[in-house]
Amino acid sequence: MSSPTRFKKTSLIALAIAIVLIIVGIVVNLLPIPDDSMWRVLFGVSTLNFTLRATVPLALGAMAGILCERTGIINIGIEGMMLAGAYAGFVAKVATNSWPLMPSLLFGVAAALLAGAAMGYIHALFSIKFKMDQIISGTFLILLAGGLTAYLFNPDMVAEGKFSPIAIPFLSKIPVIGDIFFNNPPITYTALILVAILHVALFHTKWGLRSRAAGEHPRAADTVGINVNFYRYMNTTLGGMVAGLAGGFLVLEAVGQFQEGMTAGRGFISLAAMIFGNWMPFGALGAATLFGYTQGVQNALLLAGVVNIPRHFISMLPYLVTIIAVAGFVGRVRPPAAEGKVYETEGSSE
Amino acid sequence: MGNFSLRRLFRSLLIPILAVITALIVGAVIMWLAGDNPIAAYKGLFQGAFGSARGWATTIRKWSPLLLTGLSVAIAFQAGLFNIGASGQFMMGTIFSVWVGINFADMPAIIHVPLAISAGILGGLLWGAIPGILKVTTGAHEVITTIMLNYIAALFAGWTVYAGGSQGQKPGPLWDPAAKAISQTPPVVESARIPFIFGPPYRVHWGIALAIITIFVMAWIIYKTTIGFELRTVGQNFKASKYAGIRVGWTIILAMMLAGALAGMAGAIETLGVNFKFAPEFGGSVGFDGITVALLGQTNPFGVGLAAFFLASLAAGGAKMQFDSGVSSDIIQVINALLLAFVAAPAIIRYIYRIRKSPEEQETTPKISWGG
Amino acid sequence: MSKDNIPVLEVKHITKRFPGVIANDDVNLTLQKGEILALLGENGAGKSTLMNIIYGLYKPTEGEIYVNGKKAEMHSPKDAIALGIGMVHQHFQLVPVMTVAENIMLGAESVKKNGLLDIKKVSKEISELSHRYHLDVDPSAKVEDLPVGVQQRVEIIKALYREAEILILDEPTAVLTPQEIEGLFEIMKRLQAQGKSIIFISHKLKEVLYISDRIVVLRGGKVVGETTPQDATQEKLAAMMVGREVILTVDKAPPSPGNVVLEVKNLKAKSDLGEMALNGVSFQVREGEILGVAGVQGNGQTELVEVITSLKKAEDGQVIISGEDMTNASPRTITQKGQSSHVPEDRHAYGMVSTYSVADNLVLNIYNLPPFAKGITINRPAIIKHAEELIKEFDVRTPGPLTPGGSLSGGNQQKMVVAREFSRPIKLLIAAQPTRGIDVGSIEFIHNQIVSKRDEGVAVLLVSSELDEIMALSDRIAVMYKGEIIDIVPREEATRENIGLLMAGVKRGEKV
Repeated sequence: MSSPTRFKKTSLIALAIAIVLIIVGIVVNLLPIPDDSMWRVLFGVSTLNFTLRATVPLALGAMAGILCERTGIINIGIEGMMLAGAYAGFVAKVATNSWPLMPSLLFGVAAALLAGAAMGYIHALFSIKFKMDQIISGTFLILLAGGLTAYLFNPDMVAEGKFSPIAIPFLSKIPVIGDIFFNNPPITYTALILVAILHVALFHTKWGLRSRAAGEHPRAADTVGINVNFYRYMNTTLGGMVAGLAGGFLVLEAVGQFQEGMTAGRGFISLAAMIFGNWMPFGALGAATLFGYTQGVQNALLLAGVVNIPRHFISMLPYLVTIIAVAGFVGRVRPPAAEGKVYETEGSSE
Repeated sequence: MGNFSLRRLFRSLLIPILAVITALIVGAVIMWLAGDNPIAAYKGLFQGAFGSARGWATTIRKWSPLLLTGLSVAIAFQAGLFNIGASGQFMMGTIFSVWVGINFADMPAIIHVPLAISAGILGGLLWGAIPGILKVTTGAHEVITTIMLNYIAALFAGWTVYAGGSQGQKPGPLWDPAAKAISQTPPVVESARIPFIFGPPYRVHWGIALAIITIFVMAWIIYKTTIGFELRTVGQNFKASKYAGIRVGWTIILAMMLAGALAGMAGAIETLGVNFKFAPEFGGSVGFDGITVALLGQTNPFGVGLAAFFLASLAAGGAKMQFDSGVSSDIIQVINALLLAFVAAPAIIRYIYRIRKSPEEQETTPKISWGG
Repeated sequence: MSKDNIPVLEVKHITKRFPGVIANDDVNLTLQKGEILALLGENGAGKSTLMNIIYGLYKPTEGEIYVNGKKAEMHSPKDAIALGIGMVHQHFQLVPVMTVAENIMLGAESVKKNGLLDIKKVSKEISELSHRYHLDVDPSAKVEDLPVGVQQRVEIIKALYREAEILILDEPTAVLTPQEIEGLFEIMKRLQAQGKSIIFISHKLKEVLYISDRIVVLRGGKVVGETTPQDATQEKLAAMMVGREVILTVDKAPPSPGNVVLEVKNLKAKSDLGEMALNGVSFQVREGEILGVAGVQGNGQTELVEVITSLKKAEDGQVIISGEDMTNASPRTITQKGQSSHVPEDRHAYGMVSTYSVADNLVLNIYNLPPFAKGITINRPAIIKHAEELIKEFDVRTPGPLTPGGSLSGGNQQKMVVAREFSRPIKLLIAAQPTRGIDVGSIEFIHNQIVSKRDEGVAVLLVSSELDEIMALSDRIAVMYKGEIIDIVPREEATRENIGLLMAGVKRGEKV
């Protein structure tokens, strides 16, 4: 997009931080810096690899949030959607353990997408048809997913195998960048591509224009014949799918198993990334990278034996940064104007 | 607040009661689908909560934290604010009260107990004030800030009792060296423990009396004082409250401080009356359950009391249910979630039972958006 | 030539019921090709509802719509657009954060072969349209950065882009300056010349007489008459509109002004959008006089009242009440210490809490004073008693003091606000649009109340965009234009013409 005004301050900051991180990483890893140097610890390939792994679910969660919120449906239930996706992916994987690995894993992904979509649809149904407060509906999804997965989970079930990295020919040979970006398992690639697709779709397609209109000024959309609630249903369901994929990532690509409450607040950090990224796909990716880095660096510091900064305080960073972002110290974020408001066609105004 | 009438009372109870019934039915369907026996489960649940003196004692013990976090969410709702931060405020209340509770060993109980509870209230109040102040000064939405503050509080609390690591990480300031590798505080000293009404094995402590008194105090504040009038006016119509000469900013901060104080009090009572120490896994879903309680109680303090009692009985009966029927007590969280959905969207209940909406009926939940 | 006799639009027996209200009652209407049809009626007469039905936003309870002689099935605006109907809504339906081009193509997008939006093509088409109809806009500008008049042009282009043959303009002049209104009329004539048919909705008699070919008057949801500008006069139209000869002259004695109660000096303030809305306003209001503030809506009147009552911050200047500087004091200080009353312009937003009982609404800004409160405890019996007295005195039609204020009719809600504000001892009364959107009976009642306050020696600041109201009540008339008071005219010297010129920004003695 050529128009620079589309990127509000915070999304630019988030993106800039992420880019600086990558550049520093490249520079540090190309220079002959000794292995025990702090630079190596903070920006080494393994730290950045870990950062990317931590970033993927956050970025997917943030994309899920953007999909819903750009059409006017607040989504604080990303955490629940993720958890549902993770559990469904796990159950599907376990059920097909006897299949060859790849079909079984893909079946797991499909189940995660489906479960996420179901959660998204419920969120839309409650928010639109039953006019439930959208924040409460999101809270409901979190509680429901937490309760149901705990209730249904059988610790005796074991999933066999997970996605392994696929090296992209030639690109994976590029020093540093190849190691970080082009030797990853499939959901990681999917997530990164999805960010770009979502950006183009939101700002350069008919679907995106209409979706954004539904979130900014639903009546304006209605008066030109756009079915606002159709877009809201569709995008919230799609958002649920993307969040479900984030859950699928955790089970099928990162951990390989399901654990109760395994999303561990990632849905909320995604929410934070979405806000800090100002509801822009690349901004949110930048924020997710930054937040993922706070996790990556914890590991790196631990491995390097740096122990004078308690990990608790590093973990606080995403939450603190988000408070600072919404409190407007960095430049105010601007949510879609009609977010959280029920849109009724007949007799709703005048 | 109008005149008392039976019709109105019936109307205001209809939705919550149908919500409870529906949630139990849907919960039963889920159990049946999962291959469990719902009848056996509910039988065990009921017996666990009310079938014995110990069951009653457990229900009452679980009542007070739910009641207080429910009041916390409810008072914020009254002022048009959504306090998702009860769990963080609960956590800060816990940390503040446990700090007083594990120190000052030679203080008389008559001073030590109130001091420790007050510390908990203060901790919650301060933590609740932050989102209030941020909202008033910068416009930051309390839903986001309270969610973030929940995590910050949990991490902070976790750090205070951190046992340290094998690589020489420093332990937290409240960690009990006697606990070795376990991250927890030393036990609260005798003089800071809330006395029992019924001692072991029942362990019902006087905290519940304090919680019940709080219901009356909150009802008085909300409905019978100018402060309550101001809170409710801000919650109902922000601009009109400015017009009415209400100090809107201060009222928002006050509402969040009250909300925080109530959740902090819950943390203090749990710490000083039940757990007698703090470890990071304490707290659980009490903040989220507060939302369910507040909405089930229609944000009215007495309604919140009843709703909290119901949720407490579910929580209390869970263990026996699991033991008797083999149904995992996790189903209770599912029922709570369903309950939240049905009370928060009366349209669902009306849709299921074909109930018409009366024109006088008011929405009890505020409509919220990020902006604004 | 029989084809010419088929109306482009025909509305037959349209009835629309909302819960408890009949907004349209058996309405019939025809629109001929190339015609400008004015639809005249008071606020709440059912004009907007009827247009929303024609545009497919509302479904009629009964009745049919024919376009070019064919029965039209309208389920959504999509169907109306397909039939060549375009509408410029009273509140613009534009997405502020999007560009002009994005707004115009929304719902009728041009898409390139690769599936992406074709902004270039749309921009070119917009340029062509704006050239053809002299509607100057920049397709790449963001709507939120554009002035109101330009936004309206965007709306018109939006309809033309969809090849609308029938254009509905809903109260298009309400937000415009006189110059912009003139520009709009030129555009309308040009559209007419190119064969477009226009429905022009207004409650302003002069405009209707000036621009239209035919006039249909709507009252209480019914068509009460049809005429042409040649056969009509302002008086006749007004009578049709309100149903009886309006007596807008209120009986009142000559004023006897006393001491200065309100003094405003060089007041400056910004609008909610952050633009300067008041550029140094100064005036005085004395005991026992009514100062009327006239002006086209949006020239700073709203901000003026908000700053005096401290609902908005003054950037500069002073507000002095009874000799005391109360600039940016708290609203409570202004009301209680300044002994002032404020009937706010937007009663739903500011004047009342819909969910509160009538009794609570009647103490909305005095709940903290005795006898309604002792210390911090509220004295409910006193509040109820107070309500019962005021309901009687001000003839507020309500089932009882505990009925929610929001369930009363508009006129009674306003009487409730007026009762609260007029019943306590005051020195200053600020009434903003006190009779907007209410029935004639309530209007008369409120007008008489305002005059009797003046006669008691209260200083009254009356802000109204209804020139008739200003003329009927004021002792002096201040005219606001672009955030300034461009003149203050004694009532004796004021005529509709000279005030109208001032409202258009033309000072006395200046050439037009």
